[in-house]
Amino acid sequence: MTETFYEVMRRQGITRRSFLKYCSLTAAALGLGPAFVPRIAHAMETKPRIPILWLHGLECTCCSESFIRSAHPLAKDVVLSMISLDYDDTIMAAAGHQAEAIITETIEKYDGNYILAVEGNPPLNEDGMYCIIGGRPFLDQLTHAAAHAKAVISWGSCASYGCVQAAKPNPTQAVPVHKVVKDKPIIKVPGCPPIAEVMTAVVTYILTFERFPELDRQGRPKMFYSQRIHDKCYRRPHFDAGQFVEHWDDDSARKGYCLYKMGCKGPTTYNACSTIRWNAGTSFPIQAGHGCIGCSEDGFWDKGGFYNRLTAINQFGIEGNADEVGMAAAGAVGAATAAHLAVSAVKRAQHKGGQE
Amino acid sequence: MSVSKTPNGFELDDSGRRVVVDPVTRIEGHMRCEVNVDQDNIIRNAVSTGTMWRGLEVILKGRDPRDAWAFTQRICGVCTGTHALTSVRAVENALGIQIPENANSIRNIMQLTLQAHDHLVHFYHLHALDWVNPVNALKADPKATSELQKQASPHHPKSSPGYFRDVQNRIKRFIESGQLGPFKNGYWTNPAYLLPPEADLMAVTHYLEALDFQKEIMKIRAILGGKDPHPNWLVGGVPCPINVDGVGSVGGLNMVNLNQISGIIDQTKTFIDNVYIPDLLAVARFYKGWLYGGGISGMNVLSYGDIPDHANDYSAGNLMMPRGAIIDGNLKQVHEVDLTDPDEIQEQVPHSWYSYPDGVTGLHPWDGITEPHYALGAKAKGSRTHIEQIDETAKYSWIKAPRWRGHAMEVGPLARYVIGYAQGDKEITEQIDFVLKTLDVPVTALFSTLGRTAARGLEAAWAADKMRYFMDKLLANIKAGDSATANVANWDPSTWPKEAKGVGFTEAPRGALGHWIRIKDTRIDNYQCVVPTTWNGSPRDAEGNIGAFEASLMNTKVERADEPVEILRTLHSFDPCLACSTHVMSEDGEELTKVKVR
Repeated sequence: MTETFYEVMRRQGITRRSFLKYCSLTAAALGLGPAFVPRIAHAMETKPRIPILWLHGLECTCCSESFIRSAHPLAKDVVLSMISLDYDDTIMAAAGHQAEAIITETIEKYDGNYILAVEGNPPLNEDGMYCIIGGRPFLDQLTHAAAHAKAVISWGSCASYGCVQAAKPNPTQAVPVHKVVKDKPIIKVPGCPPIAEVMTAVVTYILTFERFPELDRQGRPKMFYSQRIHDKCYRRPHFDAGQFVEHWDDDSARKGYCLYKMGCKGPTTYNACSTIRWNAGTSFPIQAGHGCIGCSEDGFWDKGGFYNRLTAINQFGIEGNADEVGMAAAGAVGAATAAHLAVSAVKRAQHKGGQE
Repeated sequence: MSVSKTPNGFELDDSGRRVVVDPVTRIEGHMRCEVNVDQDNIIRNAVSTGTMWRGLEVILKGRDPRDAWAFTQRICGVCTGTHALTSVRAVENALGIQIPENANSIRNIMQLTLQAHDHLVHFYHLHALDWVNPVNALKADPKATSELQKQASPHHPKSSPGYFRDVQNRIKRFIESGQLGPFKNGYWTNPAYLLPPEADLMAVTHYLEALDFQKEIMKIRAILGGKDPHPNWLVGGVPCPINVDGVGSVGGLNMVNLNQISGIIDQTKTFIDNVYIPDLLAVARFYKGWLYGGGISGMNVLSYGDIPDHANDYSAGNLMMPRGAIIDGNLKQVHEVDLTDPDEIQEQVPHSWYSYPDGVTGLHPWDGITEPHYALGAKAKGSRTHIEQIDETAKYSWIKAPRWRGHAMEVGPLARYVIGYAQGDKEITEQIDFVLKTLDVPVTALFSTLGRTAARGLEAAWAADKMRYFMDKLLANIKAGDSATANVANWDPSTWPKEAKGVGFTEAPRGALGHWIRIKDTRIDNYQCVVPTTWNGSPRDAEGNIGAFEASLMNTKVERADEPVEILRTLHSFDPCLACSTHVMSEDGEELTKVKVR
């Protein structure tokens, strides 16, 4: 990643003369005078911004929309100063064969040195023709670009797990990226979409520390996905106290009580919503009165309705169901606290075994 | 090789050179476009192909109708929320659920926030590079840009020569790095770009300003819906309670976040008035001779209407966005539109990759059936998995062909503004007359690529005004003692009838959007979406009528056939959303899971 563009070209047997010719072609293609040639050459001989190819399969573009909502850093600064976003069909100026040529060019010049970011996923049915790019299956574009990439970022729940188009019965047989790309390191950044600042943090972490963030066993950055929404939810004291919203817009809803009984999936969802929050820390779903729907979990579309209460105690550790916890709270505070400590210990043990 | 005339009046000639654009970029989703150009580089045949299909309605079958908004919201993350709103309206219509007045105001604020945000982001980040040349901006004198800025928008504070010099230097460093990122392989030497350098620099500067600002707008939806993209919605109202007096009000809409919303509305209005609209006019001044791209906008336009003033009344008189249909360019007659009438809206598939039972031409969405049927025509070039050239005489798109009383229709901001203008809507008429007068162009100039782009900007300004209107209304209602945000009387499925059907509609940023639902035994029995890009991106129908995209490209002169600036410019003026457009419901969803062996 620290190799400059020029060094890569030289390593591949390209002469300095050809390199300078490339620089003058670049200047000419932009309608710039010869005065720009040495400046372009100088920049390319020094440290380049890391190239990123950002491909889109079957998706809804919510990941890109989230990305541009990042406050720290601003999307503008990421794109202009940190990375070289050479291909992203949502914002790139070029189209058609000029767009496709960029993938070929990037592979030639940065073989093994660029990052592939994937938003969406490939469908396998109909020979992949439920998603066509340049007249060919998206699957082809994806596997080709992945084969030459240094690493892959799977943006969002589509690329990480399959998401909505892979919900039952998955008519197009859409599959997550890791099902078709098996020989590259993959960082999963799930969520529908992921939080904007989580996305830019993953990119800036790689650039700053020149390594990938520590991942859990599922391949998610530990710093954002190792704790449940429930663990850091500001309404958690109401859960522990047995204070629950019973109906939409009831008195308890207005007081901001726990949404567990309204189907909140916070107790089974690993994400940073309750800490980092959304839209520059403005809010997150529970704060705005709706339960978490669990959008960063694998297969969250098929885990029962969004308003069905998580029922079984063994689904989420031993906090017990809401009614039991409520009773405990009404009984003795001391006993409840002791129970909660025991809960935490067991949960940690379960967590080590299961989620990591 | 053939020359033919379509029933909707376009002469198609496919004898010239074929030009393929795939992928069409700077859109949502995936599409392909092919045109034939004659010896003078004039487009004489146009073919648009939707190149993705996800089958969301198949997935919805058998699910809880109260969950449908979350699924359909994922149809599109750009017009995020508009499908969710349409969905909750469809379910409420089916089950006869009335929502509180506050819920109506909050939903309208969310929908109008989307209109303002989506139009702004479209103009700067998806469309601007069709008109604006960032490389040319390097040649600008920052002083001249500063003067232009002060003249175009005297109230925008960021206008000093130093400011523009800083931005120019940043762009210069970026380009000199040789790593051009999103600008790579653009068409920067193409003579189709007409702006002088100082205007290019102003527009590029605002590209960056708008990128910074747009994220502020969506904080409104984070407050009301918890996050954006993809905020939360609720059948029966909104999930966000109001608590301006009692304890624990951090869990509801309180005075602090009401104030925050109010402040963002003001900022949004200011940005649109001081940056977006002046840029639109500045760009239009240089391109007002480029009046291609009208397509069918001067003939057939359709809008369902949206933004109900009072809750639960979806009649045309209560909708603040106009509703109606205009046929054959007769602006004197605006037809009423009924989404429940089986004879009005029908979808056809003769040129779409689906098949209908024998003898069926068009189907109303409540009775929509779809069998995917991917196959290329005999005259297609390439192979099944490597398409080199489409055969438009056969099936050629994942988009169906919806028709209103048999007509191909254009939907979207221009359609809404033409209908509003024809109806004599005071605000719309004032806005349009202002633009026509400022640019010194006749009303016919509306029916063009630029007209579409202008209508979108005007609508963004309108939406910001209406955000304030509903904010005031919300506050007045709370002041009057009404804090209700949800009606839970029919939340429990045991209260529902055994069978029900409903329709919900909105005006998405891109145009008329409808969801049709059938509920049986408390589960979704059938779900069908007909979305804006299905209308605009429609392939040919049984009669041979071409759709809005295809029509708009006809007879356009392109400067360089291998650099599709003009094609992108016109397609982008519709703000295509392909993930939205390609959704269908099968009668038997399970069948679709099988891999077909051919």
